[in-house]
Amino acid sequence: MTALVTRGLTKRYDDVPVVDALDLRIERGELYGFLGPNGAGKTTTIRMALGLIFPSDGEVDLLGEPVFGSRPPATLARTGAMIEEPAFYRFLSGRKNLEVFARAGGGGEDSRRRLARIDEVLALVGLTDAANKRVKAYSQGMRQRLGIGLALLGEPEMLVLDEPTNGLDPSGMREVRRLLRSLADSGTTVFVSSHLLSEVEAMCDRVGVLSRGRLVAEGAPGKLRGSVERLRVEVDDVERALRTLSPLEGVTVAAGEIPGTLVVHLARDATASAVNAALVIAGVEVSALMPERDTLEDVFLALVEDSDVPR
Amino acid sequence: MFRVELAKARRRWRTYLIAMALGGIPVLIVIAVKLSPPASTGNGDAPPFLMQIVRNGLFAPLTGLAVIQPFFLPLAAGLFAGDAIAGEAQAGTLRYLLVRPVRRTRLVLAKYASTMTLLGLLLLWVVGCGAFWGGVIFGFHPMPTLSGSTLSVASAALRILGSAGYIFLGVSGIAAIGLFISTLTDSGPGATVATVILGIASEIADNIPSLHQIHAYLPTHGWLAFTDLFRFPVEWGSMRGGLVVSAVYTVVFLAAALFAFGRKDVVA
Repeated sequence: MTALVTRGLTKRYDDVPVVDALDLRIERGELYGFLGPNGAGKTTTIRMALGLIFPSDGEVDLLGEPVFGSRPPATLARTGAMIEEPAFYRFLSGRKNLEVFARAGGGGEDSRRRLARIDEVLALVGLTDAANKRVKAYSQGMRQRLGIGLALLGEPEMLVLDEPTNGLDPSGMREVRRLLRSLADSGTTVFVSSHLLSEVEAMCDRVGVLSRGRLVAEGAPGKLRGSVERLRVEVDDVERALRTLSPLEGVTVAAGEIPGTLVVHLARDATASAVNAALVIAGVEVSALMPERDTLEDVFLALVEDSDVPR
Repeated sequence: MFRVELAKARRRWRTYLIAMALGGIPVLIVIAVKLSPPASTGNGDAPPFLMQIVRNGLFAPLTGLAVIQPFFLPLAAGLFAGDAIAGEAQAGTLRYLLVRPVRRTRLVLAKYASTMTLLGLLLLWVVGCGAFWGGVIFGFHPMPTLSGSTLSVASAALRILGSAGYIFLGVSGIAAIGLFISTLTDSGPGATVATVILGIASEIADNIPSLHQIHAYLPTHGWLAFTDLFRFPVEWGSMRGGLVVSAVYTVVFLAAALFAFGRKDVVA
């Protein structure tokens, strides 16, 4: 069974599509990164997937049940979510907030199970000591962690997290990434949105890039990166290196801003090792050859800019 | 969900502030009457209805009800009902309740039930505060009616509770209107203010003679009819009319709230 499927999912406001015929298919146990710049339609998609916003067109299935059937899907109870910022009753403590949301489902076995897990979840997100403080007094990072705790309270089969590392410090971000990875490894499906490529590329199994409500690329993070790559090469003789590399298939080369360096763009079939070999054969001394760190960001920007062509 | 709502109200300062403010009103009345000189009847300053309290603690709860009704009661209804959905939207907790999941119909009904429960408790609280302090200071005595006859203490107490019950049913219409407004906006204070203004506008319109054709249809028109319980024999006509009007407002606006919220895009 598929964790999340959207078919032709569309949301229009005043005839302007915010989400435009979106087809997604997230498999069980997958850690899926949903990328896009702010305003690309990520949050609208997530809200439709959870039944908060009604689509103008198309369908969503969550854990195999239609979200917009005759009644709200029971599978929401098996889904944990954080939608934009976490939100709590400021006048209640962190623990009381978790209790309220545990009970809000309407009692019964499901509520009891959640209530029994509160201490465990508070410990997991590192809020045991602050559990009895009012949320009013929490820092943004603490609220973020409580939000993740709330999403995990029902031992969900599926987690939907919208920008979960917002407001966290670098070590908090790392912790969250590690937590999500370990949840995915133990079988939980994780659907996580972000506008930062660097954030998702390290942990996700698959990444989809959304721009203007459309999916403009999808695949393993490594595969996406493969489509364009940029190298910075340090050589002893820039002139000779330029002459050597220019005729190579799939290579665009230019002198770098720093003397003694080249910037090399690689298209699909060209590789870093081919560049290196060509230079060495031509007798150019290569003292360093490094992929630029923001390569994936470039891919992302290129994809997003391509889709900005006016329709 | 209903119990969760009450538990939340129990932990809010707001609830106690309103209770203290409204409970203080009958107490203030008792103190004011106690301190005023044991006036010769008809000294012009105090309304005669208020002055009768001097001789009877039973008038304190009744006067308390009469005083809170025109302004404080719509205010309380606006606060509880107006804030019900809009306040959750503003805090962002609405989306987390809905994905928990809580069905939208259920959320609206639970909010209405908890609003009415709080208003009912508030009315009982005002009656209780008035009866307690009125009783302590003045004691309970048989009560003269507006028709000139006299009611026993037990019978008068029953009629006071009946008045509270009538006022409770009367405010249900305004509460339903407040809940409907609450589903339309993401601003809790906005919905509260709108509800209070509507309630007060209805009372003002009710006092403009040239609008008399619409008077009978105003949600607050029948509110003062509870004084008919203190006639002999009891005059039921206006009260029946008041109950019908508030029942219609309740049903119409509760249905509108369910309809509006049922298909609303929750973007807050």
